[in-house]
Amino acid sequence: MRKCFFDHVATNPLHPEVLNAMMPYFKEEFGNPLSVYDLGTRARDAVEKARSEVASLINAKPSTIIFTSSGTEANNFALKGIALARQNQGRHLIVSKVEHHSVLNTARFLEKNGFVVTYLPVDKYGFVDPDIVKKSITKETILISVAFANSEIGTIEPIKEIANIAKERNIVFHTDAVAAVGNIPVDVKELSVDLLSMAAHQFYGPKGVGALYVREGLRIVPLIYGGIQEGGRRAGTENVPAIVGMGKAAELTKIELNKRMEHCKKLRDRIIESMLKIPNVYLTGHFEKRLPHHASFVVEFIEGEAMLLLASMKGIYAASGSACTSKTLKISPTLLALGISPALAQGSIVFSVGIDNSDEDVDYFISEFPEVINKLREMSPFTKGWDNATQTEKCYTGQQIFPKKGD
Amino acid sequence: MKFVEGLKADVTADIVYMMCPMHLLKLEEMIKNLEDGQVIEILTDYDGALEDIPIWCEITGNEFLGMDENEDYYKFYIKKKSKAYK
Repeated sequence: MRKCFFDHVATNPLHPEVLNAMMPYFKEEFGNPLSVYDLGTRARDAVEKARSEVASLINAKPSTIIFTSSGTEANNFALKGIALARQNQGRHLIVSKVEHHSVLNTARFLEKNGFVVTYLPVDKYGFVDPDIVKKSITKETILISVAFANSEIGTIEPIKEIANIAKERNIVFHTDAVAAVGNIPVDVKELSVDLLSMAAHQFYGPKGVGALYVREGLRIVPLIYGGIQEGGRRAGTENVPAIVGMGKAAELTKIELNKRMEHCKKLRDRIIESMLKIPNVYLTGHFEKRLPHHASFVVEFIEGEAMLLLASMKGIYAASGSACTSKTLKISPTLLALGISPALAQGSIVFSVGIDNSDEDVDYFISEFPEVINKLREMSPFTKGWDNATQTEKCYTGQQIFPKKGD
Repeated sequence: MKFVEGLKADVTADIVYMMCPMHLLKLEEMIKNLEDGQVIEILTDYDGALEDIPIWCEITGNEFLGMDENEDYYKFYIKKKSKAYK
């Protein structure tokens, strides 16, 4: 059976060249970068080379990159670090309602510890309105955090505009770019962001390593105390193989980004086209301003989890927008923020393609996936009377709220 | 402790929120690139620096000019003495 991995927002396979670059640091080059003998200095040089490569991918200086254990740690570090560093200037933070849990839950933690948080609404495409950002700012505002791109609906936010609003008012601006770096061009100088989070496994690097960009001269309180690693800003012996892998992955991404985007967009567009031919299937997010590898939908009358299970039996691996919630049966806060009803949000499914996918994978998907939907709809109690029922008898329909092509 | 006010420094190392031994490492790293007589300013909120920096100056032969403070952090001023590096 064919295997189609269409869940690249969850993670990516390691690039073979990345693995090759990492291997010596698991074996003979096992030194601690702080050791003064040659084994240590070679490890240190490898970490610094990786720092330059990661910096170069986002057009930053190497000294502004702090390696972390994940994108989640980078987000925690950014929010807590700035909140603590600036608490004497004010105790108000602004984040969007469609942030990753590592931002939302950190904001909630800060809220419990005496900070005030404004959660920005989004429109039906998932866009944050810069005017609402302006209106939400108070004299006490010290930090604004808006994700670069959303992994559930693929929407790319107007980061430059929001960053400029923050800059004009001397407010620190952080963007969680975990879903963006490696999939679209990201340039910290052009965007004038103060902090930016990223994760290596989103661009064919290893898991367990991420980074936070901290603008030169910006003070931040460390999240982890200990030794002098990362200039005293993030203690703990460096994960040298993973950092080397992140560096190599960044180097390859910089070279191949345009080619990757073109490849993914072509496949992605075929998936969107085929899915929208099925009745009562809607695209979530925006048709144009979305990640090039990302296709997300709501399928009426059936559940995302059921689709995932049946699809996986056919070798098609995808995600449901309600994924992190599947274990608790909660509805995705992102989809709710778009104004999608809880009943409709249950039918969410996300396909995200990568460089390892081919046209043949999409052919297979197009031939197999509609059958998954049909089978589940046949079983669904909600579809009874769907064709024959009058408008008022239908359980729910999302026709009115979803974006249309050319919007 | 020697207190000074309004001293102009040639370079500044901002290591506010960073713990021991960053204050001494940064000082050592940056002072190497200064000319004789130039002044480095260290900004830190680390209390241990109150003791460490004057002693470090004594040991290395650089001149501790004094310190200043505001609500959030201390400012230390150190003048490079080339003879300490010969």
